[in-house]
Order: sequence, then structure tokens, then C-alpha cells
Amino acid sequence: MTLLTALARALAAETGRAQPIRTVRHVHLCDRPLVLIPLQLAGEACAPLAAMVGDDRDKPRMLTVYEPRDRTQRFDFAADLADVVLGYIDSYTTADPPSEGPYPDAPQLLVPNDGGVSFTRLLSRSTRFRRTEGEYAVRHTVPLLGRWLNFYSERCEAPASALLLSMTAVLADHWATGQSATEDASLASLLGWIDPPPGMTGAAAARAAEDPVRCPPAGPATDPSFDNEVLAVRIAAIRTARASGDGAALHRAQLAMEAALRTQLEPTWELMWRAVGLLRVLPPGGHVQDRWQADRRAFTGHVRWLREGGAPAPRRDGAVPAARKLAILERDAQRLAVQRAFDDPLVLAEYRLTGEAFAGVVVDAQPDRLDTSGKRAKLRPRITVATGDEVVAEPGVKLVSSTRPKQNAVVVAVTDDGPDTRVVLELEGGMGHSLVPPQGSVPAVGETVTYTTLRDDFQPVPTFPEIADTPWTHGGPPSAYVPKDEDATEEWS
Amino acid sequence: MDPTEARLQKLRGRAMPRNHNARTISALATNPGCGRRALMDAAGADKQKLAAYTGYPAPFGQSQFAIVRGNAFEAQVKENGAAQLLSLLREQLRLDITEAHYSDLGDVGGNETSEVRHARTKRLLTTVDEKQGTMFDHPLLRLRVGGRHAYLEPDLIAFQLHGKCHVVEIKSFAVIDGQADPAKVAAAAIQSAVYVLALRDLLGEHKVHDETILVCPENFSSKPVATPVDVRRQLTVVKRQLSRIARIEDLLGCCPDDLTFDLEADENGIPRRPAREVEAAIRQVPANYAPECLSTCELCYLCRDEAHGTTAALGKPVREELGGIEYVRTVLDLARGAAPPPETEEVAAQLIRAAGIRAALL
Repeated sequence: MTLLTALARALAAETGRAQPIRTVRHVHLCDRPLVLIPLQLAGEACAPLAAMVGDDRDKPRMLTVYEPRDRTQRFDFAADLADVVLGYIDSYTTADPPSEGPYPDAPQLLVPNDGGVSFTRLLSRSTRFRRTEGEYAVRHTVPLLGRWLNFYSERCEAPASALLLSMTAVLADHWATGQSATEDASLASLLGWIDPPPGMTGAAAARAAEDPVRCPPAGPATDPSFDNEVLAVRIAAIRTARASGDGAALHRAQLAMEAALRTQLEPTWELMWRAVGLLRVLPPGGHVQDRWQADRRAFTGHVRWLREGGAPAPRRDGAVPAARKLAILERDAQRLAVQRAFDDPLVLAEYRLTGEAFAGVVVDAQPDRLDTSGKRAKLRPRITVATGDEVVAEPGVKLVSSTRPKQNAVVVAVTDDGPDTRVVLELEGGMGHSLVPPQGSVPAVGETVTYTTLRDDFQPVPTFPEIADTPWTHGGPPSAYVPKDEDATEEWS
Repeated sequence: MDPTEARLQKLRGRAMPRNHNARTISALATNPGCGRRALMDAAGADKQKLAAYTGYPAPFGQSQFAIVRGNAFEAQVKENGAAQLLSLLREQLRLDITEAHYSDLGDVGGNETSEVRHARTKRLLTTVDEKQGTMFDHPLLRLRVGGRHAYLEPDLIAFQLHGKCHVVEIKSFAVIDGQADPAKVAAAAIQSAVYVLALRDLLGEHKVHDETILVCPENFSSKPVATPVDVRRQLTVVKRQLSRIARIEDLLGCCPDDLTFDLEADENGIPRRPAREVEAAIRQVPANYAPECLSTCELCYLCRDEAHGTTAALGKPVREELGGIEYVRTVLDLARGAAPPPETEEVAAQLIRAAGIRAALL
């Protein structure tokens, strides 16, 4: 929570309408994302009940498990889901992976909330080790689906990745509502604040969205009253029909259950596409494409790994991969914070309030200033910035500007000037090699600039030992992970 | 009957009293500043019914699928004198148990009072054969909450070995590859800590382990797995929070003598008192709403409605970022340049800057 966001929440509460807290979109959004809304049976670790999935708003595909506790039906569900998900992924990999670099685009999965991400991870865990022949054989697409879902849910842990997105998380990152974060976890309520129906305030729309009959929860958990009053009856009808051997009655009962579940899924399906539309209107931030390129590289790498017959990811990471993953996550989180600040003046403003950045107008500039104290003259222009922001940087500190990230600005002097503060900066770099700076490389008088202590420097990930050299402190080299019989035959009850 | 008990009974009205359980105590402990909840729980009022009748039905319920699954798992673990549990304790926790006796204290005939049942629990738990392990199912425990004894009917097994008791809790959420949903584990740990406190109250400080045993299904199966859970931290939290709950007598002192949440029904089963009157009665007791209540308290929607316009309703992080100012209106007035009282000058200056920056950028 930052002061700006807290203030925006207060404004939202007053106006009854969500307030923007970003000026650009900080995530990539595919032209044709795959929306996946899973539902699961209450009380079970991962018992799929139904799903609505597809990349076309007008053509959702609905999958239903008529007997959610039946193992065979669960794997049938996984196979049906695989048809849709793998078909979608395949449409991005019609050619072989490029010999160098990533595919031009990558498939993107959108789920309603963090629960959807967890479901994806658990479904992957219960499918990716299955065998396609012998006892307990499943359709060949099932373990492949599991491996893709694992790839997506793992990438989702990376803060900069947009391959698998939780819609409530993305929306809450771009808008502040006049309710609490707890309430923002409901997609319908959040969208009520952001995009209320005509003639209704966001606050009223959000309250109305709390009625589970009007707005069923966005999954994976279903509404308990729906379970008790509708679903239980439908499942019982199916069991009775099956026991009696009446094929027509069974078919009718199945249709009735599917219709009931459709009422729980369709409203969320509409909300998801409405949310996509709202996000698409926002212009993407400057670094969004860079981050998407990293996603495309990761995706292409996984395609290669699968085509080369690589093994599925183990249940748990070994010491070396886990340490490496953590180091990358930490580095990326830091870079992401800086990139977002540079891409978005509203994010940068948060640093201005804490004194880590200041914005002002250039009131004096000496673009041709040379430093002649050494053997050779060096180009060291100086500018003076007048700012109303609080400046905590002291002389000698190196700053950068969000618009000229390759140019260092060393603080020379900070002086009070009435309500303003004047900061003299000496510039270095980003001006070519001659002693005359190219046009535009030095901020001109009258230009509005922002300088910050944040830096988007490349930080190499520290080197870790090879897996074979895992030190004894971390259990020594682990034996290579080979999927075992017990992985393939594990219970899923 | 002591006067406090009489007052509480009047508050409850003709409804059957609802006993505390670890869930209600941990909910109370997450918000010890809420006098409304403390008083209604002490009186044993049916908050769920009251919330529904006044037009603020609780936003949570339990799916029968979850209940069935939970009961089935528990029954399976306790089957045949808790045979599965015993082998778990032996094999996974390497407890040296040759044999163990299983005794269900929940099996009582007739309408015994809580005091009688509690006394029996105490007698049985304090006179066990120390050489033999004993598992006591459904003990009736008691804990001091707001200066009064609250009875707890926990769904737990107190496992006694070598003169020391372990709390064993059976939960039906899965442990997958050694990991479970952190929120569920945290809730279970807090509940176990409540049981440890209550058992210590009964048996003495050193007679109950601060390591409890959590039994859950493993991976996607229904095979149980036992995990030791160290609840020392939770014990400190629960103890501190319980000590912050106001004394029930003090809370009663602030309420009118004739206050009651009675929902006595007419011949058609409809409460005689109008909903608005009941709501007004509830509102007489001050609450302390926080968004966390939305998942733990049946009355949350009523209190949220009341808290409309406060920064607390936006969540603790927001309120803190806004310098603890109570009302949204005040925050925005300060941000627009209203003269601040001396203690909020610093916050006001920050708010004006933030509002200025926001206005300039949007």
C-alpha cells in the first residue's frame, strides 16, 4: 500500500467509482488470449467439476464432470481440457522453433483469480506424471497438458511474466476501489467498481455483485448454497439414473447438471471478456514488450524441451534449481519495479512522495560545459532543476532520468529557493563521443524532467554450482528425477 | 444464577445457547477490540440467525460436499479405536507407543450440563494410567474469555502419553508434496493453540505439549499423513489477544438493562419483533469492523454497513497509510487543504502533495 493508492481508494469511496492508479497497462495482453474458468468440488484437493474455456468470447467450450469423485471421469475431463488448451498452444507453434530467438508470439492464459492459478498448478501436479500405456493408462494428451500447465503456473510466480494472469490481480493493480483488498478478490465486485452498469454507482454495483444468485463466485470454489440446493440434487439424479440403467434418464440428468453449472460459469465468462476489453483500452507501458519477449523466450524454450524429449518437472525443485529460480525472481522483481516507475508517471510519483525521485523544470542548462581538470577535456553538461518535491539526494549521489536511463546525473548542489528546491546536476554518458552533445541528449531549459535514485541496471544472476556439484550442506547431488510407477499410478480420489 | 449470567441469558433471549468452539475463539482473538462479538458470543446468541433476520445474511456457508468429505475423513482416521491414527503416531512421528486406549468423551446420555461434562473430562484426563497411551476424543474444555468461562466442544483428540498431552487435530485439506494451503494451516494452528491453552487450564502448564499434531489427507488420496506443528508463536498471539478482550461485565455495564437479541417466534415461526428493532438492539453494542471480519464473523455485513465512510472499512494498510485518520471525508478534506488539527499536520501535508501530484498527472 502506498499513500497515492490509499488516497485513490479514499477518492473511490467518495465518488462511488474506481479510480485509476496507473496511466499505462503494465502487462502484455495477447490479441487472442485463452480464458479458463475452472470450478472444483468443495472439500476436495483438486476435483474438477466444470470449466469454461476458449479464446473466442462467442464460442466458449464447456466441460462438465458428472461424477466429480470418479477417477476415470476426472481424467476424461483432463483429456477434454487438453484438447482445447493444447489446440490453442499448437496454433502458436505451427512452425519449428526458430533456430535463434523466440517464436513471434506466445499463447496467454487468463484465469479469474489467484484460486484459478492454484487450480492450474494442482491440476498439473495430478496429471503430468501419468502414463499413457499399461495399467492406469490415460490419453496421451493428459500428461502433456499437465506439463504445459506446470510451465504456466511456474511462470506465474515470476512477477514480470504475463503468460498466465489472474484477472483480479491485474485489475486491482490498475484501479483502486472504495472497498478493501479482501472484497477486491471478487471479480464481479471489482468490475462493479471499475465499470458499473449505466445509472448505477460502482459502490452499488459491487454490493449487488455480492449476491451469489445474481453473481456466482468466479471459482474455483462454488457457492455453498448452490452446492446444497442445486448441485447435490443434480448429482443425486445422475446417480439414480445410472443405477437404474435408464439411458434416457441419465442423459436428461446430465443435461440438467450441465445447465446448472452453466449458470455458474457464464456470468464469469462475460466478466472476463469485459475485463479484457477494459485493459485493452489502456496503452501498454514502454517495457511491456521487453518483458513479453522474455515470456516468448521462455515459451519457446519449453517447446524445444518438450520436442527434445525432456523430462517433466519434478514434484519439488532440487537445491540448485530452487536457489537459481529464487535469485532470478528477486532480480526480476526489482527490475520490474524500476521499469514500471519509468513507464508510468503515476508509479514514479510514489517514489517522489518518498523522496526517492523528484520532478521539476529545467531552469538553467550548460549543454557544452567541459570538464578540463584532467589530461583530456570531458563533456560534462550541467543543468539546474527547480522542483516542488522534497529532495533527499545529497551532493555526490548518482541519479538517472526516466526518459534518459543511460545518462548518469550526479548531484552537485541542492539549494532552497522559496517554496522550490534547486538541484544542480552534472550529466555523464548517453551523449555520444564528441565534445558537442547531440540534439536532445541534454535536457533543455523549460523541459519537465524527473530524476530518481532507482536504476534499471542489468544485474547478472550469481553463478550457482552445477546440479552435479550440489554441496553436501544442501543434500549433495540429487539423483536425477525419473518419473516413477507411483507417480503414474498415484491415487486421485 | 449470578447476575452476569442472568444478563447474558436475557441478551440471548429464548434461543438455545451456542457454545464457543476454537473457530469462534480464534475469530474473536483476531479482533479482540470488538465488544459486539465478544458480548454476543459470551451470551451464546445465534449471530447467523440474527444477521439473516436483520437483512445482512452472512456471506459464507459450508457446502455439504465439504462437510461429507470432512466427516468421512475423520471417521476413517478414528475407525476401530483410532487405529489409523495410532499407526500414524507410531510410524510417522516415531512415538513409542505399545498400545493405546481410545475413549470418546462425547458419548453422553441425557442432558448433562457443561459443568458436569467438563468435570468428567477433568477426572478422566487426570487419572490415566501413565504407562499406557490414551486418546480422549471430544473432551469438553473450558477457557476464560472476557473474564468468564467459555465451554469448548472441540473436535479433537487429546493424546496422552507418559503424562503429557498432545493435541491432535484432524483436518480434511490436503497436504500435497509436503505443502498445504498456508491460510488453512495457519487457521488450524491458531485453533490448536486455543485447545492447548484450554487443556493447560485443565491439566497444568507443563502437562500439555506446545507441539500439536495435524492429520490431513496426503496428496490427492484419502490416506492420512501426520505433521507436527509447533504452536508456540500462536500460543503467544492467542494469549495476548484474549487478554485484550474487555471484561464481559464491563461490556454489559455499557448496555441498557433491557437490551436483548431475542428472536422469539410466533406460531408461524416468524420472530415477533420487527427486524429493525432487533437491528437497533445489535447496534447498541459498539463493534470494531475490519475487512478480516468478512471471512470470520456472521454479522460482518451489518457492521460493514455501519462502518461505511470510515478508513477502517478500506482495510488496515489503507488506514495506516492515511495516518490513522478515521473518516474518508476527513482525509479528503485535508487533501483539499482544510486546516488540519495539530496532530495531523504532517499527514495533511503529505496528503496535499499526493493529491497535487495525482491531479497534475491525470
